[in-house]
Amino acid sequence: MIIEFLELFVNAGFWAATVRIACPLLLATLGELICERAGVLNLGIEGIMTAGAMVGWTAVYLGADLSLGIIFAALIGAIFGLIHAGFTVHLGASQHVTGIGITLLAASISYFAFRLILPTSTTPPKIKAFEPIEILYLSDIPFLGPIFFQQTFFTYLAFLAVPIVIWFLNRSPFGLAVKMAGENPMALEAQGINVLRIRTIAVMIGSALMAVGGAYLTMSAFNAFYFGMINGRGWIAVALVIFAAWKPERAILGALLFAGLDAYQVRAQQLAGAVIPYQFFLMLPYVLSIAAMVFAAKSTRYPKALLIPFRRGERH
Amino acid sequence: MRLEVRETYSPALSIIAPFGAIIFSLLCAFVLLFIAGAPPIESFFYLIKGAFGSPNALAETGARATPLILTGLAAGIAFRAKFWNIGAEGQLYAGALAATFFGTGLIHLPQFLMIPFLFLVGGLAGALVILPLVILRQLYKVDEVVTTLLMNFVILLFVSYLLEGPMKDPMSLGWPQGSPVIDNGVLPQILERTRLHLGFLIAIVVAICLWVLLSRTAFGFRIKSVGHNPSATYHAGIPLFKTVLVVACLSGALAGFAGITETTGLKGYLTLDLSPGFGYTGIAVAMLAALNPIGIIFSALFLAMIYVGADSMSRAVNVPTYLADVVVAITVLSVLVSLILINYKIQIGKLKF
Repeated sequence: MIIEFLELFVNAGFWAATVRIACPLLLATLGELICERAGVLNLGIEGIMTAGAMVGWTAVYLGADLSLGIIFAALIGAIFGLIHAGFTVHLGASQHVTGIGITLLAASISYFAFRLILPTSTTPPKIKAFEPIEILYLSDIPFLGPIFFQQTFFTYLAFLAVPIVIWFLNRSPFGLAVKMAGENPMALEAQGINVLRIRTIAVMIGSALMAVGGAYLTMSAFNAFYFGMINGRGWIAVALVIFAAWKPERAILGALLFAGLDAYQVRAQQLAGAVIPYQFFLMLPYVLSIAAMVFAAKSTRYPKALLIPFRRGERH
Repeated sequence: MRLEVRETYSPALSIIAPFGAIIFSLLCAFVLLFIAGAPPIESFFYLIKGAFGSPNALAETGARATPLILTGLAAGIAFRAKFWNIGAEGQLYAGALAATFFGTGLIHLPQFLMIPFLFLVGGLAGALVILPLVILRQLYKVDEVVTTLLMNFVILLFVSYLLEGPMKDPMSLGWPQGSPVIDNGVLPQILERTRLHLGFLIAIVVAICLWVLLSRTAFGFRIKSVGHNPSATYHAGIPLFKTVLVVACLSGALAGFAGITETTGLKGYLTLDLSPGFGYTGIAVAMLAALNPIGIIFSALFLAMIYVGADSMSRAVNVPTYLADVVVAITVLSVLVSLILINYKIQIGKLKF
């Protein structure tokens, strides 16, 4: 019995699934990370992912090109990011309550719009989504080939986002300003840079990434839109940011770890289904997220200005 | 855009502002109805008729407001202390589980004892699931927003397991639902042949008690000061840890009460769709009332009206029911703006508010 559980790890299918499942988590975690590095907690994430999933899917369903679907998803994310920033950055409203409000708004508008477009559908229609691309020669490598080089374009894109975000935050002047806005906004203001503008743009970029993460689910994983399909992935991403200690290079580790667990639990369920009820397997990601937060909370250092609204000329 | 602190507190503004927020969200609903191709004015007529048009409709609005008052109070008291409990949904189900565990035949008491007993165990169950999370926050600074949110999913899966396994009603013909609550534990109807039950009055009494607690006792003052300035509170000698702990448990217990009213008053047994997001809507209820317990009664009634009215409206003019959720979400956000307007002047270009 134990051998069977271990055998799952040498299965290329398990590892390929891990890479796939990691994508939406990875994109959402990177998005949340950018917002928080700028000093803004974005709890709109769950709803923004729903909106991205809905808009990306609908665009393709109504005839748009797949890549255009991703762009539309990013746009809707940026719009909700702008609303979030308008409240939290410009008006200085509570980031907690605004975030929950954005989640309620983005999710309910998405469901409302989806029902308008498809009034009576019991089985959600599927779109012709991204298909696996076999990268020449590399895809023929035994074991590693199917895991890394037979994935969809969207999957490659998600993993490509990691080095881009690392470069953005550590090397680009704008990225450095974003980090400064989250650590010491007064110093940024003293340099003549508009803190509010930097934070607003950072929240918009981050929210766009979250929405694209949601779109991955409808455009490269399930190929259809379901109600409640985000299913807490956004909240897990918020926990993963803490687990990653606000560092993008560690986000990839966290996302893969959680995805691996998810892929493993589906397969372990089939082996142990009779002994352990499936609900306990499904609980694992949520329980582990809480555990990851407890584990990380002691050791990590938050962005210093996280949750603190910045008002010009006011001292904190 | 600039913000300027208002020097004088205007009582008129603090009353007008939330109504402005309500009007704004109804205007948004108007636009959405228009987009959906429904006649907006006629639709609003159906909404009002659906919520108030008959004794049955009124009873239904009251029944829907019952859990919303309780989850609204749960959010309200926690938010006052800046403890962001977003887990009322899970705590509600914890309360409902307690009602199913104790109320379906395990314990038999006369009615006047059975009902308080069920509220007691339901409240304890709600408090119990929040307890580890508040301790984690106070000791290790683990953000309670995310942990309470994640806990909702854990509890719902646990309920799903119990309803498909050990707690499944053997008479349910395969449906995953709990056994019916025994007669002595059922909350009696207030109006014959409607769904309005005693829970509605209990929720109002609980709200009044909470108002007394918050505005007339030293403990209420402590909660407020913990929310406003925790370090000053600590230096003034108020036990921070204990206060937050009690507030969080009270919040969990109130959400647990909502689980009791829904299982023992409305449905009679536990199902997986017992709550269509009452825990989350409670946040909107609390915000709309500016966290005031008496205000929460009215804001819960208002949002219940929107939900019940939207149900019959969407049937009449064929608009997705999700419209009600959109209105609730817009209410949360517009109330946030109105609360800022009470304390700050907002200047956009030449315009001043």
